[in-house]
Amino acid sequence: MLVLGAGPGGYAAAFMAADLGLAVTLVDEEINPGGVCLFRGCIPSKALLHASKLISDSREAAGIGIDFGKPVIDLKKLREWKDHVVQKLTAGLGQLCARRTIHYIRGHGRFLDSGSMEVKGSEGAEQKISFDHAIVASGSKPVTLPVASASRRVLDSTSALNLEDIPGQLLIVGGGYIGLEMGTVYCELGAEVSVVEMAPNLLPGTDSDLTDVLHARLARHFKSIMLTTRVTKVEEEGGGLRATLQGQDGKISRQHFDKMLVAIGRTPNSKGLGLENTDAELTPDGFLRVDPQRATTDPRIHAIGDVAGEPMLAHKATHEGRVAAISLSGGKAAFEPRAIPSVIFTNPEIAWCGVTETEARKRNIRFTITKFPWAASGRAATINRMDGFTKLILHPDTGRILGVGIVGDGCGELISEGVVAIEMGARASDLELCIHPHPTLSETIMESAQLATGYGTHFFKPQS
Amino acid sequence: MITEFKLPELGENILSGTVVKIPVKTGDSVKKEDTVLEIEASKATIEVPSPVDGIIREIAVQEGQEIKVGQLIMKIQTEGAKGAPEGKTEAKAPPPAQHAPIREEKAAAPPPETAEEVAAAPSVRRLARERAVDISKVKGSGPAGRILEEDVIAYARGIKKEQPAPEIQQELLPDFTQWGEIECVPMGATRLHIARHLSAAWHVIPHVTHFDKADITELEITLKKYSTRERALTITPFLIKIAASALKLFPHFNASVDMRKREIAYKKYFNIGVAVDTEKGLVVPVIRDVDKKNIFAIADELKEVSKRARANKLTIAEMQGGCFTITNLGGIGCTSFAPIIHWPEAAILGVPRSRWEPVYIDKQFVPRKVLTLSLSFDHRIIDGAEAARFLRWICQTAEQPLLLEMEG
Ligand SMILES: Cc1cc2nc3c(=O)[nH]c(=O)nc-3n(C[C@H](O)[C@H](O)[C@H](O)COP(=O)(O)OP(=O)(O)OC[C@H]3O[C@@H](n4cnc5c(N)ncnc54)[C@H](O)[C@@H]3O)c2cc1C
Repeated sequence: MLVLGAGPGGYAAAFMAADLGLAVTLVDEEINPGGVCLFRGCIPSKALLHASKLISDSREAAGIGIDFGKPVIDLKKLREWKDHVVQKLTAGLGQLCARRTIHYIRGHGRFLDSGSMEVKGSEGAEQKISFDHAIVASGSKPVTLPVASASRRVLDSTSALNLEDIPGQLLIVGGGYIGLEMGTVYCELGAEVSVVEMAPNLLPGTDSDLTDVLHARLARHFKSIMLTTRVTKVEEEGGGLRATLQGQDGKISRQHFDKMLVAIGRTPNSKGLGLENTDAELTPDGFLRVDPQRATTDPRIHAIGDVAGEPMLAHKATHEGRVAAISLSGGKAAFEPRAIPSVIFTNPEIAWCGVTETEARKRNIRFTITKFPWAASGRAATINRMDGFTKLILHPDTGRILGVGIVGDGCGELISEGVVAIEMGARASDLELCIHPHPTLSETIMESAQLATGYGTHFFKPQS
Repeated sequence: MITEFKLPELGENILSGTVVKIPVKTGDSVKKEDTVLEIEASKATIEVPSPVDGIIREIAVQEGQEIKVGQLIMKIQTEGAKGAPEGKTEAKAPPPAQHAPIREEKAAAPPPETAEEVAAAPSVRRLARERAVDISKVKGSGPAGRILEEDVIAYARGIKKEQPAPEIQQELLPDFTQWGEIECVPMGATRLHIARHLSAAWHVIPHVTHFDKADITELEITLKKYSTRERALTITPFLIKIAASALKLFPHFNASVDMRKREIAYKKYFNIGVAVDTEKGLVVPVIRDVDKKNIFAIADELKEVSKRARANKLTIAEMQGGCFTITNLGGIGCTSFAPIIHWPEAAILGVPRSRWEPVYIDKQFVPRKVLTLSLSFDHRIIDGAEAARFLRWICQTAEQPLLLEMEG
């Protein structure tokens, strides 16, 4: 079996297939497995977000009587630490690969037909590899903004993670999760951050009650958040950039920035792979078309991860990788999740899984909602973060949990309980009857469930 | 408000019953005293009325389930005190504190029940995949219909059973070659079908066989008298006609039992099957609407159909739709025999060879032509006394055919 791309999808597939006894070749341009997620995505961004959280937490500590003073930031050291984290994890993956005797080839791969691939090494060396089955896990890359020229001052997520310097004025184009996460990092490191977003709210598609809480806090820290606004022109101007912004009413403003980060989405890496030499078909959006076993329309080629469709998330890629490997080894596997969790690592975090309120409305699904405010949580009070709530989306007749949405400090660590509940077909009463440890934020899930079934302990609701 | 409706007391000493019918479904609105459940207890069907006006939100029992007095049967949502739906009543509650939790209810069209929405743990879904079970077809026995491992296993077994007719488990045959030479021949399709069909019928129907004697001395004379070269009248067409009339008089014999639905289907048509011995084995063509045909017409049809049966030319449709079967071995021999019912019918009439017997009439024995008829019947729906009456009526009518016109 051949796996093209060694991101969280590709390496998980390769490892599983090798463990199931297949002879596996793994092809990637990087020196080690890891893909976008480890080299220039999840891991470096979360390392930097941890640093920025330390800054904001220590600043806010002044409010409870501990003043650390203004932090001194050694950008070089921070960068080195982040790179070290990436290096350590990817080297570990390289070792795991070797232990499984997976044949790892560094180079750029291209399908010659449904049974062979040509790999061009970095030094120009070429080799041809034949296979019975291939899994395409080539991931995705950032979408570029046509009006922004190829300037050193126009960043994408990859160059922004390199942390060359901290610009005085930073414009973030795109209010999606990557833009807001990177904006949070640069803001805490000292940049004045402005965000423009075409849609009428941040994180388009996310339930607006969740984003409202985040918006309220970001509005206090960012210089400005411009919604329903688009960038129509970008010019170099005296050691910086001049951006032309057009608002909803058509009003045009020109503003100066030192740098600009374009984070307007990602597009699947499905071009330049020689897929035209196979029978694998693409969707109109450029994703490989796949079935529940992740087979493409070419029976010898499977596809997983970002290149196989939304949501473009590392854990979804990994799960698909295991499904594809098991099914190619003759096992009966299918990709059929009820709940894929999403976490946005801003401050506060936002996390959800299963059906969202927005989706339920759109799909005409009947539902009931219960919300437990963190203002009523003892734990939230002790960490001085009452800005948040825990929401359950339930079937109105059975109380079955259809979705969970949370906003609040560190809530990414809470969402997995929702995933398990949904996958197991649990009802609100099941969560209500499970004892949750006190004082923790996880209690907010139990208390939200209590509200669904009747009486809450820490919130009094008169019954009609 | 949600009313939890529990099974009320049904009568003296009745502590439980079997749900035979649930005439309502989730989402239905019901009025107080509307029947929401039918229960069978102590051989009686009891209708259970709703205690309130409202909308059924959950049904906690299933048809066929044995339930006890006091057990939750359904949840009924009743309207708020002022007649407002629940959601609105809540909205009227005192305005909550600033960070008050919110509980809203939004109603829209019911969600399409896709496979995706089936409640089952991932491990159970995987099991279903491995057993090639479509999980959306499995009925969950867990809370709120959650599908458990056992449900999938039971369903997988169920499917296998439904495909071919139930194969009755049988001990392995001994090795006959230890006693002598044998030859093994594969069963033909007809033989296999007969074997399965008869095993299944014998397995599901509790058979009882009655015997009774008919004096057919006069009848034989009559039949002979009206026979021609083209149409030799035998006793079979005559019995076919009598049988149809008997079914009219005794409707339980023209019925089929459905234990799963707990129903008895009474047929309003009178089609009689006749067992015909062919080279390939027994087949049972059906003569339709016997009540509307005279004996000559029946005789002609029987002759024609038997000929085609022996030529292996019958269609499947011609062998279906029977209500009652007659099997006549008289041409071969036999003094009497106990036939197996042709499922899903309720009874079968066995006709052996008639014999001259000494019959005690007017203080002396006289030779009479006597036929010992047998009747195998489904004891689930036919009681012994009724079967005796049925068979007696057939015998009497054979002796005094006028009864056909008077009662039949
Ligand atoms: C800034 C940022 C933050 C993110 N944060 C998160 C997060 O917090 N959580 C989360 O779940 N997801 C996050 N993501 C998304 C996540 O990184 C992707 O969903 C995930 O990496 C997809 O995995 P994949 O296996 O499909 O492919 P990728 O990780 O994209 O890996 C594809 C690999 O294939 C290689 N490749 C492609 N074509 C070829 C070729 N022709 N020959 C050889 N090699 C090839 C690429 O070099 C790459 O190494 C983030 C992404 C970014 C950019």
